[in-house]
Amino acid sequence: MIRKTVSNVEEALKGVENGMTFMLGGFGLCGIPENAITHLVKLEIKDITCISNNAGVDDFGLGLLLHKRQIKKMISSYVGENDEFERQMLSGELDVELTPQGTLAEKCRAAQAGFPAIYTPAGYGTEVAEGKETREFDGKMYVLEEAYKADFAFVKAWKGDEAGNLIFKGTARNFNPVMCGAAKITVAEVEELVPAGTLDPNEIHIPGIFVQRIFQGKNYEKRIEQRTVRKAP
Amino acid sequence: MLDKIGIAKRIAQEVRDGYYVNLGIGIPTLVANYVRNDISVEFQSENGVLGMGPFPFEGEEDADIINAGKQTITTLPGASFFDSATSFGMIRGKHVDLTILGAMEVSEKGDIANWKIPGKMVKGMGGAMDLVASAENIIVAMMHTNREGESKLLKNCSLPLTGVQCVKKIVTNLAVLEVTENGFVLLERAPGVSVEEIKKATEGHLIIHGDIPEMKL
Repeated sequence: MIRKTVSNVEEALKGVENGMTFMLGGFGLCGIPENAITHLVKLEIKDITCISNNAGVDDFGLGLLLHKRQIKKMISSYVGENDEFERQMLSGELDVELTPQGTLAEKCRAAQAGFPAIYTPAGYGTEVAEGKETREFDGKMYVLEEAYKADFAFVKAWKGDEAGNLIFKGTARNFNPVMCGAAKITVAEVEELVPAGTLDPNEIHIPGIFVQRIFQGKNYEKRIEQRTVRKAP
Repeated sequence: MLDKIGIAKRIAQEVRDGYYVNLGIGIPTLVANYVRNDISVEFQSENGVLGMGPFPFEGEEDADIINAGKQTITTLPGASFFDSATSFGMIRGKHVDLTILGAMEVSEKGDIANWKIPGKMVKGMGGAMDLVASAENIIVAMMHTNREGESKLLKNCSLPLTGVQCVKKIVTNLAVLEVTENGFVLLERAPGVSVEEIKKATEGHLIIHGDIPEMKL
């Protein structure tokens, strides 16, 4: 067994520097690497390029890094929940690259799986495809999209073991699995870190080979963005 | 004339037994409430769930189980969770049978704009570009005109496009229309709405064959 455990977030984020590109898992505030984000704020790392489906809300998630002006560029599919984001984007302080959600997922997965680029029909004929190579297959047009290159991927899982094997819960899975192994170093934070041999190998979502560092996360807030309920009968 | 619930009810009639359906945010989300209960349908949400159920009871909400609108949800028996690449694989690979989404503008060629108003609103396209580029069966739910009374069914979209030549059917507060090579074909009128009113509210080319029936809700 190859051990991937590190003792805390400080050790897990060793090597992060100004100007790096980070992938961060999560959809909205669901399944975001809360511990890594909090520590990046503390380290005051600047000029970051973030690849993340969303940009958090004003006072949580990636909104915390935006608030401190630590992000230089955001690569996302949807950023509608964050006023500070909109202000920085419209004033030109923040560089923004909007990418269709499925394309964003596949550009991560391509990096994970060793493809330099993929063809997708999404965005053909729109401003997203401007300046990109296009090609026809079976009468339909596709856009060439290159794999992302990132220095660190920060992901959050439900359970993980010493070997770096991961299991996700519910829709907190989202972009986390496709970012594992898609950057030079993948850091996984988990709600429950267990000894190797505890998790059933049949139920592993991401094998530890895609993870370089894993640590037991702390103090998860797991904030709900839209609490929708119905009355109990 | 229909309200949002009326539009959702009419679209619900398009959902067939055995369909996997992706519902967009807004009016499309309401469609789930009006699908016949004697057919089997599974709702997909692109953040990674098939088999979405109703909202949870108070106190049972789970931060790890949400839909693409970031609302807390529940799942039904037979549900599954998956990652974002798999989710869009279902969509791109045409395994999802029906996509229902909103729009700011649709053109007579079936182009759709729904993600950006330059200088005013830039929220991003989310999964909309992937959905419209791949789905075979796309129904748009929208108001026929904007607040100023201007048509949203146009010759050409004025806003940045989400996808080209992809919309097949439109259900508005005034009418049901099919998008063909030649333009918008009027299929049904909303209750109490005349063909004249629909003509007036449609800027794009409108094709009218014979008597146009009123919708049955």
